[in-house]
Amino acid sequence: MRSHLLLLALFAFVVSLVFAVIAKDDAREQLRFGGMMFAGFLAAAIVLGWLMYPFPL
Amino acid sequence: MRATDATEETRSGTIVLLCLASWAIPGAGHLWLGRRAKGLIFLVALPVMFAIGLAIRGRLFPFDFSDPLVGLEALADLGIGVPYIIASALGYGAGDVRAVTYEYGNAFLIVAGLLNLLVVIDAYDVMLGRK
Repeated sequence: MRSHLLLLALFAFVVSLVFAVIAKDDAREQLRFGGMMFAGFLAAAIVLGWLMYPFPL
Repeated sequence: MRATDATEETRSGTIVLLCLASWAIPGAGHLWLGRRAKGLIFLVALPVMFAIGLAIRGRLFPFDFSDPLVGLEALADLGIGVPYIIASALGYGAGDVRAVTYEYGNAFLIVAGLLNLLVVIDAYDVMLGRK
C-alpha cells in the first residue's frame, strides 16, 4: 500500500475510532464524535496540503 | 484499622495489576472491568494499527537516549505492550528508510503505543469510578 491519501485516511480512522470510544459512552455520541474527528483530520490534511503546495521544499 | 489497611492494599494491588494488564494487552483493562464493547474495539484496533506500521516498513526505535527523540520514540513504541515484545522477538520493525511509507509506518507504530497508554489511563479512571 503506497497511497499516502489512503494511509492518511486509515490513520485518521483508527485514531478517531479510539478517541471516540475513550471519550464517549453512548454509541450515537461515539459515532458523531468519531465522524467529526475523522472528517476534521481529512479536511485539515487536504487544506494544509493545498496551502503548502506553492512552497518548494 | 488493620482490615481497612489490608483492603486498601488489596485495592492498590488490583489497580496496579489492571494497569499492567491494560498496557500488556490493549483493551484487557476494559474487558476486566466488564466494558466488553470498548475492550474488544481496543483489542482489535490498536494491534491492527501496530501491525500496519510494521507492514509498511516502519521502525521500532532502539532505546538510545543519546538522541532524545529516538529514545522517546522507543518509549512510545513500547506503549503497545505485548505486540511490541512479539514483534521485536520475531525480528520485525527493522524499518526501511528508503521505503516511501517509512515515515507513515513510524507514525502508525508510535501513535498505536501512545493511544494504548491513553487506554490504560482510561481504564484507571474507570476503576476509580471517575467515569
